[in-house]
Amino acid sequence: MNSPERYASLAAEQRFDAWVDALRAALAPGERFVANLAGESTDFARLNRGKVRQAGSVEQDELAIRLVRGARHAEHTLAMSGNAADDRAAIADAVAGLRAVLPDLADDPHLLLPEGVESSRTDRGGVLPAAEAVVDEVLDAAQGVDLVGFYASGPMWRGFANSEGQRNWHAAATFNLEWSLYDRADKAVKSAYAGFAWDRAAFATRMAAARERLALVARPSKTLAPGRYRAYLEPSALDEIVGILGYGGFSARALETRQSPLARMREKERLDASVSIAEDTAEGVAPGFQAEGFARPDSVGLVREGELVGALTSPRTAREFSLEANGANAQEMPEAIAMKGGELHARDALAALDTGLWIGNLWYANYSDRPACRITGMTRFATFWVERGRIVAPVDVLRFDDSVYRLLGSNLEALTREPELMLSPDSYRSRRLASARLPGALVKEIAFTL
Amino acid sequence: MPLDLPRVAIDADYWSLRFVDQTATTCAVRKNVPLPLERSRDRGLMATVYADGGYGYAATSDLTSGGIQRALERARAWAAATASRALFDTRPLPRPAPKGNYASPSVDAPDPAPREWYELLMAESTAAAIDPRIVDWSASIEVRHATHRLVTSEGGDIVQRYRMMLPGLAATAHADGDTQTRTLNGYRGICQQGGPEVLARFGFVGAGRRVAEEALEIVLAPNCPSGRMDVLLAPDQMVLQIHESIGHPLELDRILGDERNFAGTSFVTPDMFGSYRYGSPLLNVTFDPTRAEELASYGYDDEGTRAERTFLIRDGILERPLGGAISQQRAGLPGVANARADNWNRPPIDRMANLNIEPGDKSFGELVARVERGVFMQTNASWSIDDSRNKFQFGCERGMMIENGRLAGVVKNPNYRGVSSSFWRSLAAVGDASTLEVLGTPYCGKGEPAQIIWVGHASPACVFTEVDVFGGES
Repeated sequence: MNSPERYASLAAEQRFDAWVDALRAALAPGERFVANLAGESTDFARLNRGKVRQAGSVEQDELAIRLVRGARHAEHTLAMSGNAADDRAAIADAVAGLRAVLPDLADDPHLLLPEGVESSRTDRGGVLPAAEAVVDEVLDAAQGVDLVGFYASGPMWRGFANSEGQRNWHAAATFNLEWSLYDRADKAVKSAYAGFAWDRAAFATRMAAARERLALVARPSKTLAPGRYRAYLEPSALDEIVGILGYGGFSARALETRQSPLARMREKERLDASVSIAEDTAEGVAPGFQAEGFARPDSVGLVREGELVGALTSPRTAREFSLEANGANAQEMPEAIAMKGGELHARDALAALDTGLWIGNLWYANYSDRPACRITGMTRFATFWVERGRIVAPVDVLRFDDSVYRLLGSNLEALTREPELMLSPDSYRSRRLASARLPGALVKEIAFTL
Repeated sequence: MPLDLPRVAIDADYWSLRFVDQTATTCAVRKNVPLPLERSRDRGLMATVYADGGYGYAATSDLTSGGIQRALERARAWAAATASRALFDTRPLPRPAPKGNYASPSVDAPDPAPREWYELLMAESTAAAIDPRIVDWSASIEVRHATHRLVTSEGGDIVQRYRMMLPGLAATAHADGDTQTRTLNGYRGICQQGGPEVLARFGFVGAGRRVAEEALEIVLAPNCPSGRMDVLLAPDQMVLQIHESIGHPLELDRILGDERNFAGTSFVTPDMFGSYRYGSPLLNVTFDPTRAEELASYGYDDEGTRAERTFLIRDGILERPLGGAISQQRAGLPGVANARADNWNRPPIDRMANLNIEPGDKSFGELVARVERGVFMQTNASWSIDDSRNKFQFGCERGMMIENGRLAGVVKNPNYRGVSSSFWRSLAAVGDASTLEVLGTPYCGKGEPAQIIWVGHASPACVFTEVDVFGGES
């Protein structure tokens, strides 16, 4: 039996087919089109102090139409209404507008579109409970504690079509709950639970773990002086560092123009031999195709045993620098980044740390010296001082400022065995279909400056 | 009118319909190659309903009467379903009935044709290609038009029309193993309401070559020294300093805890308003939606509150937060008209709009002359601050040493760090109106679901004493 989420994505697929038909009908001889759809039907609930702050629903479909004539092209993105007649008219208007502007544009020497047709269809539909019921369940579980959090759930879809007859469809119905339990001021524990099917027992287990950790956060805090400290980064903390590397770090264009913070890895710099990083589309939730219609490989190796071995190469960059495109988006940012696990059992991480900082989350990372891949950022949420393998006290927030060439290079001591899959909670403009799969990292020392 | 409204039939204490219709056109030239033109048209509506003491919203791009009615009903269902667990009772909240209009400067003037934009951008791009060590460069323009209409159950009806220009220039130099990028006032740092006069205001034409020359100058310059010294911050760094360490901490929804799971909390607490010394007596900060060219000027916020120029910090003393009508009611504090949404598909929350530092009485020459040893820092390049908006570290594109009251050589990687709660008390001199620039950013992120909104910041150049300054890796 079809769930409401599945009905929504099937209906979206039918709308997409109709819009593609309208596009095809609007073409003049000699014209080609490339179309991308991004849509969702999402319920959002924002929670604060164990209550509902703001709850609502959003329905949206955005169709990007690229009109191509020879080597000239331009794009018009439209919010679609779902009304067949209105949408057909909007598509015809958009195409006419693009047609009128093409003569004013120059030929694009870096235009690269697929030569063949590679259609695909994936539907990772889940069965999601009503958002109102999940909100009740979460707030019931938060009795007696100060919970602030955010729940988003519902189907998302991405479509691709071109005038050559290629058609790709990717749908996924997911939920994403992120919540923090606060003890006081900035002392809190942050947790996340995301996936395709809500499991009450799995949520209860995570909430119990969060409450247990909250008791540790409630201890009197310790203020550390700036200096170098041994540290263990949980996967959620390492995510902030790997996340900032995603901004230009693995971009072929940024590497070719020497703007990548990892550009020096093409010369002498290396990470530790235990570090291997890949864009693992097959293991994530991102679509298996990109905006020009190129299929994404299951995996693109980026760092292997500490050496930079690859890059995310968009079609445009491929044409500009005579490289092979490998399914990257226009920004050449990862959407399914994965770091290989190491040898350390997660259960042994506390003992291996011995004395130092246990860092649950990092926050607001940015480059302080991009060519040196030096990054600054803050500790946040559950960060503890540990002595002889035992948690002693929560730590007041600290600023780090250190190079990735040290953090994941000369100072990296171990990675945990089992990388953790984290679905992106990003919801700027629309919910993001992206993920990261990362281990925890034990680091000999990190430089803290404030 | 931008929308033919149907007869609304909904059993609610209060409802509003907020309609947004916006277009954007982006033209860019990178390394003398025109990038394909990008256009967008985005239309949709958010229904907000207060019912049974609860609050619900629903957003749709289906603007038929049936679509609007369904959105209202969905919003009402959310309000009813969550009323018993609502953080606050919506029944005592204001039910605005505003009527009015707002329009950007030259809102109806025609835009240049794409061909004209590309010719202008190509000229700047070509002028930037001055040396093989310039490895990347670009020129771009984004033009936005938007109509926002808010209709309320109490008879309110506001139409606000915007025209915004967001030009950009950047050049990257690579030499001796180092790479440095110089921009014209930062990435989209130039962003104002109005037409092509915005570009003229910032000397966009002819700036391509200068930006490239400065990129080369920076990449060959020595590293910024380390130590405690004075800094003179240019307006295109003050923008970031204001934004992160005054704007965000004063957002009332942060102070009320709404953002603690994502964007963070604030070191500011409700008891501080009216007495807390935020900065030196030279610090005067206004919320000013009335400055015509500034990016976030408007007549009313997205809940229908009329916007007025208001002091937030006067002579260094904290007076009021950045909080809209709902937050004001929750906190029992006065605020401003700053409940804003970045689009039709996101609900209003407390945001910065135009947040400005009022000019002082020192010319730029006088600001430099009072510094014995320090760094003049221009154009933000890096920003990071803790979740209470206290411990920060910022970096700039270009620094110039100041020695014995005179500008000296250029340095690269100028960074500084500090703590908001003490940093503003080290404000030692404020530039006069001749040093003031009206800038901003179209990329202020916050909220769950997340939103990226446009904000304006006007600031003079300012001097701070005894700041922890440092450079890049040696």
